[in-house]
Amino acid sequence: MTKPITKITPNTAAFFDNDPQDELITLNLGPTHPATHGVFQNVLQIDGERIVSGVSTIGYIHRAFEKIAEHRPFYQITPLTDRLNYCSAPINNMGWHMTVEKLLKIEIPKRVQYMRVIVMELARIADHIICNGILGVDTGAFSGFLYLMQEREFIYEIFEEICGARLTTNIGRIGGFERDFNEIAFAKIHEFLKRFPPVLEEFENLFVRNRIFIERTSGVAAVTPEDALSYSWSGPILRATGVDYDVRAVSPYCSYEEFDFEVPVGTTGDVYDRFMVRNAEMWQSLRIIQQALDKIASEPAGVFHADVPEFYLPPKEQVYTNMEALIYHFKIVMGEWETPKDEVYHSVEGANGELGFYMIHDGGRSPYRLHFRRPSFINYQMFAPMSSGMLISDAIINMSSLNVIAGELDA
Amino acid sequence: MGNLDNQYIIRRLQEDLQFDVHVIGESFGLLSLGTSKERIIDLLKFLKEDDTLGFSYLTDITAVHYPGLALPFCIVYHLHNLVENVRIRVKVFIGGEVPSIPTATVLWHGANWMERETYDFFGIDFQGHPDLRRILNMDDLEVFPMRKEYPLEDPNRVDKKDFYFGR
Repeated sequence: MTKPITKITPNTAAFFDNDPQDELITLNLGPTHPATHGVFQNVLQIDGERIVSGVSTIGYIHRAFEKIAEHRPFYQITPLTDRLNYCSAPINNMGWHMTVEKLLKIEIPKRVQYMRVIVMELARIADHIICNGILGVDTGAFSGFLYLMQEREFIYEIFEEICGARLTTNIGRIGGFERDFNEIAFAKIHEFLKRFPPVLEEFENLFVRNRIFIERTSGVAAVTPEDALSYSWSGPILRATGVDYDVRAVSPYCSYEEFDFEVPVGTTGDVYDRFMVRNAEMWQSLRIIQQALDKIASEPAGVFHADVPEFYLPPKEQVYTNMEALIYHFKIVMGEWETPKDEVYHSVEGANGELGFYMIHDGGRSPYRLHFRRPSFINYQMFAPMSSGMLISDAIINMSSLNVIAGELDA
Repeated sequence: MGNLDNQYIIRRLQEDLQFDVHVIGESFGLLSLGTSKERIIDLLKFLKEDDTLGFSYLTDITAVHYPGLALPFCIVYHLHNLVENVRIRVKVFIGGEVPSIPTATVLWHGANWMERETYDFFGIDFQGHPDLRRILNMDDLEVFPMRKEYPLEDPNRVDKKDFYFGR
């Protein structure tokens, strides 16, 4: 038996009274939205495609590193720092080592400093590759990302050669490195310096004068230097607004004062400028790595850590045969080292900005208090206020260009 | 460059008695000043806006818990003069059932999330803050986890206690 067909007459009057164009729609962007490239949420009120207001919710991968750090000896905190900005973990590792070395007043040999510079600049390139590549993907150009991704893979191979790990590296030790760079590592760094510039040039050709890319990014999310400073921005996005604040230049660590490099700055602080600043920084990083290799060649070979037996683990074969080595090994592993009661703030130029470590030490086994100044966390808080009035598609590339890394955001 | 040294900062601030400033330390060349919670915003405003000091960049706000003290919470501000490249640290010790301090969001937008984080972990009430909610922890958490009375691990575990290492 078939049902009788009822004729539907649409109530057009009611339809136009409640004009849906007058209503705001709540859109949950995240927590696992593919365009956010990380686990965080934005609850947006949208009017059509335009964002009216937004609220950022973060903390989805909060792991309480500051609390854990209060219960761990210094060298066990390094793996925690890996997981802050996991796209450039070596910079975090080195920043932490340098904080402890500052506290313990350990002098690091020049060769080790240059080795650290190489590792940090490689990490910076890897991080900028991700950010600029993803920015390309979000504006609709996938191929540039793939060209660059091969080179990031090669950087990870170098890390693998140096420390055995690729992403969460735990590279280096307090006082230096765990082992010297081997022949293959040096060969690969030299090879990287040869093979990366043509790829980067090709990437530039795809984007820098690309009309679609410029129209998508130029003038989008422009930020004045006053706003950027008031929001405590740092890193490439601050430099894109025209403020030449780079920790490597103003408070040099690791002998950065000996290197000849420029701090690229933008003018308008929009997404295009951020892209260009990161791009220029990759060229500068290449220059720095080349200089560091030259400097290493003139330093005595084979030095890869400071001569601080009370803080630097002795080689295993000595632990079994040499009494001093055994004592130091025991003391370091059990956290039985003499450390001053002091407080120290040390910052490095992370890939996203000023990465600071504020440590209060009471002479015990682990820090009394350790606070990470995480650039992503501080940079990201402007996202929701600056999104209002923006198109969703613009907000997405704005978020991309802020390079928010969820691990660093949430600590 | 170079006119702004720590001695000058101390002199400049102690000219004006209303800031109630005392020197806490100068470890690693970074001047630490202490003040009271009634004076903190005036002091930060002066540090930020004074022509010769110019600490216009807020690097960080955080807190430290010292359970033994009469005023157990220390709020730490790190400021930076980007022109002269001088940093300064300002500390305020506060106490009470709900420790409270005026908000610095009136001076810097960036203080917003830094203070929310500090509230989230230490339960500091930043008075006048526009949006003082938890930021990293879940909303229905009832404790402030970075306070020292909340242990990280199983409290019965003793193998990492200091007294086993002769301290």
